[in-house]
Amino acid sequence: MVVLPGSREECISVIRLLSTMGLPWVARGAGTGLSGGALADDDSVLVVLTRMNRILSVDPVRRRAVVEPGVVNARLSEAILPLGLHYAPDPSSQSACTLGGNVAENAGGPHCLKYGVTTNHVVELEVLLPNGNVVRLGCSQGDGWGPDLVGLFVGSEGMFGIALTITLRLTPIPPAIRTLLADFATVRAASEAVGSIIAAGIVPAALEMMDQACIVAVESSIYAAGYPVDAGAILLVEVDGWPAAVGAESAAVETLLTAAGARTIRAASSADERARLWQGRKKAFGAMGRIAPDLVVQDAVVPRSALPDVLEQILAIGRTYRLIVANVFHAGDGNLHPNICYDRRDADLSGRVQRAAREIMAVCVAAGGSITGEHGVGSDKLDYMPMIFDPESLSAMCAVRQAFDPEQRANPRKVVPVHHCNEWRRNPKARAAAGRNGHP
Amino acid sequence: MSDAILMRLRHALGDAAVEQDADGRPRAVPDSADGVAQVCGLAHEQGWRIRVEDRGTWMPADAPADLALSTSGLCRMVDVAPADLVATVEAGVSLGVFQRELDRQGAWIALDPPGRPERSIGSIVATGTAGPLRHGFGPVKDHILGGTIVTGDGRIIKAGGSVVKNVAGYDLTKLQVGGFGAFGVVTQLHLRLRARPAARATLLALGKRDVLTHQARALMAERLGAAAMELFAPAIAGEADWVLAIELVGTAESVADEVARATASGDLAWERADAERSAAFWHAAERAATGGAITFRLGVFADGLDEIIDLLAEHLDTELVSGGPGSGLLRWTGDATVEKLKTVRRLAAEREIPLTLERAPWPIRHAFGHYGAYREGVGALVSKLRSTFDPDPTFAVALEGIEHE
Repeated sequence: MVVLPGSREECISVIRLLSTMGLPWVARGAGTGLSGGALADDDSVLVVLTRMNRILSVDPVRRRAVVEPGVVNARLSEAILPLGLHYAPDPSSQSACTLGGNVAENAGGPHCLKYGVTTNHVVELEVLLPNGNVVRLGCSQGDGWGPDLVGLFVGSEGMFGIALTITLRLTPIPPAIRTLLADFATVRAASEAVGSIIAAGIVPAALEMMDQACIVAVESSIYAAGYPVDAGAILLVEVDGWPAAVGAESAAVETLLTAAGARTIRAASSADERARLWQGRKKAFGAMGRIAPDLVVQDAVVPRSALPDVLEQILAIGRTYRLIVANVFHAGDGNLHPNICYDRRDADLSGRVQRAAREIMAVCVAAGGSITGEHGVGSDKLDYMPMIFDPESLSAMCAVRQAFDPEQRANPRKVVPVHHCNEWRRNPKARAAAGRNGHP
Repeated sequence: MSDAILMRLRHALGDAAVEQDADGRPRAVPDSADGVAQVCGLAHEQGWRIRVEDRGTWMPADAPADLALSTSGLCRMVDVAPADLVATVEAGVSLGVFQRELDRQGAWIALDPPGRPERSIGSIVATGTAGPLRHGFGPVKDHILGGTIVTGDGRIIKAGGSVVKNVAGYDLTKLQVGGFGAFGVVTQLHLRLRARPAARATLLALGKRDVLTHQARALMAERLGAAAMELFAPAIAGEADWVLAIELVGTAESVADEVARATASGDLAWERADAERSAAFWHAAERAATGGAITFRLGVFADGLDEIIDLLAEHLDTELVSGGPGSGLLRWTGDATVEKLKTVRRLAAEREIPLTLERAPWPIRHAFGHYGAYREGVGALVSKLRSTFDPDPTFAVALEGIEHE
């Protein structure tokens, strides 16, 4: 069953009814998530929030906006453009994804390198708890009434409740922007350039990398951006700020790129050219549809200094399993997105994809990284959680979830693999019940 | 009972890790998360109350408890990785020592909390006390990537990670930042670093308070890229009038550009402090918050700063007041009765302004609470979360105080 409440009041009524009936439910925005976080089982009601799409208020002096959860990310920035402001987190899906979904996933994006991810921009939430009660968390000024429950709620993947209204911090649009496209013969050279920029103390607004497989996919698509198809990798580097600082910083970046072996460096000469360069980057996942009908989009984070070695290991895994792995990612954060192109109708190929995906994740964890930087755990990465969290820590997450949702009806069976939690392992009744119904 | 506790602690941790404070109270000084977990597990099992202490340079070590648990033994810098701009340190490491090591390696952490440089990083995180750099670099939580927490019943929990971007699982570190130790003892932290700025400049302007706040709002509207912009009461600055201080950091070009823009705006006479004057000024500003027994912070927008300072003048005083027009935070230090504090908290709440008690003697903390009353429905959540991390509870922390508004 799918329910589409059109207002705060309707949403409250729906959740209270589901609470009375004891039914599980899954809140969903535009459904653009990449970890299966908003997928509902047959027994769950899907509560779709896209009709709750009003920008309730904008205060340009205090730089705050209050929005409903169904507002599309890019629409907010478009609406406040005349005020010289924008909403900084810019996931690649920003033309479709909703701010409620961004809050649930703690979404990132290319420009989060300088401006921070969603949690750095949410100051207050009106939250509908799974029992139907409404609470206000945080404070518009940013320093809240009590512990940081806003910080805890952001990134809870829809398992603590629904954000009915969201108060966001807005950011001035930088007066000057310079976007550079640098191409390299190898992925290693490009990733070493990333390290040298960060080590020099420069924090670009964005620092993105694409490897050759990805470049070719983009250049063969309607999103062609003019990337050099013979390059081993490209870097898209953007610096912003006041003109004098941007000039100096971009000159320093160009020197570092050249020293790291950049074959050519091109600066966007117009707003249109900048938009074109970014469109290629942001639509890269879509462009990969030209390579194969199916795509596994991975999301992991490694220490920036580990990028050159980890990227080589990922390519080696691809070769071992005879797979096409295309990398497009937020290099400045060490946030990798290895994408494996395949055809799910081929059972042998699908098996190799799954094994390779797990190996890639293991390589990232072994390098000191995380299993997800911005896509969330959802259902896709549930099995990877024990790679980085022990049973005690997973148990603590379960217990925190219980504080918000004691009956565990909001987005059930996501994020925390309960069969790895200490309580579950010690409880023979729970294990027996899981054995009967097939899942914990 | 103290003798029995001493004996059990010595048996668990060894003689070297157990001592007695001036009142004869047992004090455990474990040097690992395992040691902290042993102390907490034992206390939970025996029903002992624990008071967590650092070096006593911020929060007085005066909460009534059966034993003290000092984090001063957790003093290792586990890993400093300037190339990755992350570091892992134990909670007892002092910020001053850490900053010096970072400086040696060409890195920097954008934290300048009130208090003495001996303050431990665990204390800064537990109290969530940011300084003027909050304006440009965000609150304390923005600098914390993850860490290790020991619960009141002795469980060791890992939260977050050591990379700069991470959304795996719920972000349990957020509860620890500004949680005043009610949600566990932080034993280790993964911190976000920055490269040491190539250039810095401090600009100071004296004047009447309302003139300075007006100019601060104007500079924000003009999008000055300041790392810090803070208003200080005359006594803090050691000046005859209020002071607006601006800190600019970045490349030589960007700092020069911002200095030119700041000084060209408005009619204020700006002094560009030399390195010695700048260091002395910010040092004095940090120390000011220990100039009285009580410190609290208020969440205030720039356009409400004057009104709330007037309110403080009417009901308390404004001798040791500082506020960041852009950071949304105003800090007061002084001495006051619980009744007066409650009056200010009530009047602030009427203006939708939260008041958080950052430090005070135990009787004040106990009666007034770090947070006081919560918004409707939030108290039940906080209570459930607290019992998750400290089931009985073991830690002597007064989050709400005994008398809510």
